[in-house]
Amino acid sequence: MSMRKVRFPADFQYLDAIRDLVAETAREGGFNDKEIYSIQLAADEAASNIIEHAYEGVTDGELEIVCGMDGALLTIILHDHGQPFDPGSVRPPDLKADLSDRQIGGLGIYLMRKLMDEVRYESSPDGGNRLILSKRRS
Amino acid sequence: MEITNKEFKHCDMLVLKGRIDSATAPQFSQALDTITESGRFKIVVDMSGLEYMSSAGFRALLASQRTCKRYNRGEVVLAGVPSRIQEALELAGFTELFKTFDDPLAAVGNF
Repeated sequence: MSMRKVRFPADFQYLDAIRDLVAETAREGGFNDKEIYSIQLAADEAASNIIEHAYEGVTDGELEIVCGMDGALLTIILHDHGQPFDPGSVRPPDLKADLSDRQIGGLGIYLMRKLMDEVRYESSPDGGNRLILSKRRS
Repeated sequence: MEITNKEFKHCDMLVLKGRIDSATAPQFSQALDTITESGRFKIVVDMSGLEYMSSAGFRALLASQRTCKRYNRGEVVLAGVPSRIQEALELAGFTELFKTFDDPLAAVGNF
């Protein structure tokens, strides 16, 4: 199993590079174009969420991405040292709500969960936060 | 990301090119706000040149749809939505909130 590990400044302008990194790993892992788009979207939503919430008010945060294949299983680990933020604590949006009642927040996390097979969050006081996304090649 | 605004007699059209994510969505919101702040509320968003849109773009669309539909003064409609983006919009439950057209000019004709 070969893993790629890249550190990015926690800034939205690096989302392009983050999407490229996971797309390359997924392409080499044999995922099709539709799946690659889904994986890019999920990783983008995960990273955006960390930059927006875990690093709220922080300008020099760092986001480390580790990704690789283990057989048919793609794993993406997002590691940050911001405030603990468990996406599991965010209420899923009501997708049947009228226009006026639609929540603006929570949508990215919802998409990330739908697009990946598994999303797991781990936080430790000195080790920072880890968000682990995985998807099995069909 | 590149945004072009085309003004028609009965509506405005925003032509999007490139990728909309958290970095570029503010630019998209700004383009939508510029139209509604000038008192125009009928907007076609031509997505045929768009490669990618995250939930940051969906949020911009939702906020603008609320503004436009208030007092029944207009609406935001989508045109030429690429299949990958369409699938994500469906997953987000957004397809019921926006009329969509295959052809941008058919969308203009809707107003």
